[in-house]
Amino acid sequence: MSEYKIQVKNLHKAFGKKVVLDGVDIEIKKGESLVVIGGSGTGKSVLIKCIQGLLTPDEGSIKVDGVEINGADEDVRDAMHAKMGMLFQGGALFDSLSVWENVAFGLIENQKWKRKDAKNEAIRVLRQVGLAPDVADLSPSELSGGMQKRVSLARAIATKPEIIFFDEPTTGLDPIMADVINDLIIESARGLGATALTITHDMASARKIADKIAMLYKGKIIWCGTVKEMEKTDNPYVCQFINGSSQGPIKVEV
Amino acid sequence: MFNSAKETFMSGNYIENFFRKLGKPLVRFTAGLGELSLFIAKSVYNSVTPPFYLKLLGKQMIDIGFYSLPVVALTTIFAGMVIALQTYSGFSSYGAESAIASVVLISVTRELAPVFSGLMVAGRIGAAMAAEIGTMRVTEQIDALVTLSTNPFKYLVAPRVLAGVMVLPLLVLIGDVIGIFGGFIIAVYKLGFNPANYINSTINGLESLDIITGVVKACVFGFIIAIMGCYNGYKSRGGAQGVGEATTNAVVSASILILIFNYIITELLFAK
Repeated sequence: MSEYKIQVKNLHKAFGKKVVLDGVDIEIKKGESLVVIGGSGTGKSVLIKCIQGLLTPDEGSIKVDGVEINGADEDVRDAMHAKMGMLFQGGALFDSLSVWENVAFGLIENQKWKRKDAKNEAIRVLRQVGLAPDVADLSPSELSGGMQKRVSLARAIATKPEIIFFDEPTTGLDPIMADVINDLIIESARGLGATALTITHDMASARKIADKIAMLYKGKIIWCGTVKEMEKTDNPYVCQFINGSSQGPIKVEV
Repeated sequence: MFNSAKETFMSGNYIENFFRKLGKPLVRFTAGLGELSLFIAKSVYNSVTPPFYLKLLGKQMIDIGFYSLPVVALTTIFAGMVIALQTYSGFSSYGAESAIASVVLISVTRELAPVFSGLMVAGRIGAAMAAEIGTMRVTEQIDALVTLSTNPFKYLVAPRVLAGVMVLPLLVLIGDVIGIFGGFIIAVYKLGFNPANYINSTINGLESLDIITGVVKACVFGFIIAIMGCYNGYKSRGGAQGVGEATTNAVVSASILILIFNYIITELLFAK
């Protein structure tokens, strides 16, 4: 059995002539939290969507638990999805369902829980992410942005996944709420012993939740290391990015 | 000057440009057609294979059927009334007023009820389907479904397609009754026909083919409305503007296809 939960090798993805991923290599060990940083439009979301099978890569290999999933049958993908949870950037909560139905969606539809049991479990998970039980029957549109993120996190962890993806988990939140979400991510992932892959450009969030950090630039992973190594690195791209400086090798097209 | 133009034409530039200009839209159209065909094939496959989301199917049947009843009733009753008036106005000069009941019956059951119901439901439900699924697409709710191991075709498309195919025929049958009743009201209360004679003429003129035609058309129209609504919503991109375009395209394409298929089905069933 492979010691790596996720292995991505030589991943390529282009949209027309625009090359987004140009040979990405990533390895994440079981229970490890990898944060991929990079500027807007560098292909972070495309990377996470390729790993999840939401986009089909042009070339390369993606293995989960040693099983190749790029080009795999629907059954293999379904089995893989059953191991995964995802916190979407915008929450992606289902408008037509109540908060508890959102959280319990995977339990009811896939794990075939009874609705009553699933509701109790959803309320327990909502408590875990700091939401009161009376939120359960509300509609997602009645919640604030921070509460929607918590509900989305609750939905991501409700099925007790082995792998959790976090897509810009703190974007659009105030610094205090962002820190609360970071703490919840750490608690949830560690509590489940899950492997986590986060993409973000929020350095405070990256420093807090990462075991390892990788930087994506021009479709390639140009640097990878621990948080401590990142603080000491002399890589000019990483230094410019973590210091948020406009001066350096990364040129922003205005 | 003429010679120069002739030379340019003969050199192939005009021909090349012509095919280049023709080629791009043609390739785009063919690609779109292929995409739609694949979408239809996936939708049909997922509609007839388990798991079935019966609760969602029930909800769609109520949305498409029950809530469309007032619109269908209003359009078919006025359509029946207009046909009765026009028939009287046209046929009275030939002394053929007695044919009003038959003309209303045939017009309503074969054409007016299925086409008007189809167009009304396309406007009401096709737009709603495209807007709902389009919003789900641009807010990543469809991606969320996939990550929760749920097939969006089974969860979103199949219940709508099945409900469209099952419910529109029922709506059309109700529209048939209401449309014929509209003709009856005009014939009896405005034109002074004997009610019993009118009802007799209607019953005697009724043929199973008239009803079957309407039901067959309704099944096809229900399929078209659901597919075009789901397809346009599913492929929408780019936020609110994309969803708006998807909604417009769903209604326009469904309406045009309803009229085209109305002719094709009529040709198949009645051409001699």
